[in-house]
Amino acid sequence: MEQRIYSVAEINGDIKKLIDGAPELGAVLIRGELSNYKIYPSGHHYFTLKDSESSLRCVMFKGSAVKLRFRPENGMKVIAAGRISVFPRDGAYQLYCGDLTADGVGDLHVAFEQLKEKLWKEGLFDESHKKPLPPYPRRIGIITSSAGAAVHDMIRILRRRYPIAKVILLPVRVQGVEAPPEIVGAIRYANRYQVADLLITGRGGGSLEDLWAFNDERVARAIYDSELPVISAVGHEPDVTISDFVADRRASTPSNAAEIAVPDMAELLRWMHNASGRMSQGVRNTLSREQKRLSVLEQKRVMADPTAFLQDRRLQLDLAYQRLLAAEKGKVDAQARRFASLAASLDAISPLKVLGRGYAMAQTAQGEVLRSSAQVSAGEKIRVVLGEGSLDCTVNDKE
Amino acid sequence: MEKTFEENMARLEAIVERLEKGEAKLGESMALFEEGTGLIRLCRQELDRAEQQVVKLMKGADGAPVETDFLTED
Repeated sequence: MEQRIYSVAEINGDIKKLIDGAPELGAVLIRGELSNYKIYPSGHHYFTLKDSESSLRCVMFKGSAVKLRFRPENGMKVIAAGRISVFPRDGAYQLYCGDLTADGVGDLHVAFEQLKEKLWKEGLFDESHKKPLPPYPRRIGIITSSAGAAVHDMIRILRRRYPIAKVILLPVRVQGVEAPPEIVGAIRYANRYQVADLLITGRGGGSLEDLWAFNDERVARAIYDSELPVISAVGHEPDVTISDFVADRRASTPSNAAEIAVPDMAELLRWMHNASGRMSQGVRNTLSREQKRLSVLEQKRVMADPTAFLQDRRLQLDLAYQRLLAAEKGKVDAQARRFASLAASLDAISPLKVLGRGYAMAQTAQGEVLRSSAQVSAGEKIRVVLGEGSLDCTVNDKE
Repeated sequence: MEKTFEENMARLEAIVERLEKGEAKLGESMALFEEGTGLIRLCRQELDRAEQQVVKLMKGADGAPVETDFLTED
């Protein structure tokens, strides 16, 4: 029996048929590490899956590649799903990959980490960009589903805590492909028409898939661009989304967002009540401090005994008077001494003193002292004054 | 122009703090106390107007927001 001679194409074709016919190779999951990852302009992805011992060529056509939820990178551990077939032209078998998922952590986690990294590098999470929340908002805009429990939880808490604020609901879908554009639209709309002082966007808990809209890059950028402050409120406490990082405040749950958004009115009233007391106390303190200052001043001697001041002055006055008297007395004594001496010298030159020694003084009848005989005529009466007494005489003759 | 609740609260906080620190002169303290008491009354009045309204915002024909009642179960 003559052996059949194949052409290369024939044998490759037969092998392909054989492999394609093997049900165990039609749908396989392969764990490996990505390497040589290339994206061709055609949109097809080519890569090699390898582990420590072996490697396998893979191709992922454009139609499957666009559905990838993360960006594959060399070195990434993945699970590739697809079928093994032969590329007849090269006679090489390879994996025709339909989907790639991240190994261990899951592809959504990988996508999440990748977007987080990218936006973080761009500065979308910067603290400096975060806006303060208004302390007493009048209008709260809620961007969420009008159907879920989340919206009712928020309204209930807002009503209880701060019933003077108006709640404005901007209903959107919060899961599915329509969710991100609707959330983005509502954020932009709220900004354009300034419908609220503050926005809360989020939803109740769910799977990572359910929360995925809040890990959407478009939603993240809309939150970043919002001029109105945004509180992100997605899922339960442990759930963290990209929206949480980019929002001005992160709330652990929608209920928590409502608590962050508004003050508690009961607390405000209490605060006001206390404020009243604190103010009174403050004024009382000031008053008592001033009183203390006053009483310190009052206790000073000048204030306690106002006449003390006068007494001092009086004492001073007395002293001055004494000194004045003393000075005056001194002056009088000096004058008396001077008078005595003057009197003594006057006495020394007194004509009476001369007369006392036996001399006499002749005077005209008019009292004029006679120094020459020519001053009188014979027969004229003159007066002679002696040391003691006087004589009335008549001039008999003159020489 | 009438002050907002926020401005009134901020002023009130400043007054309470100043009075508590006792930095103000007696005359000023009295004036501040009076002002503060007035602000408390104003703010309380505002809080007494407690009537929360919940509306659903829809896009009107011209794109501008239209409010409709949103009824909640409570």
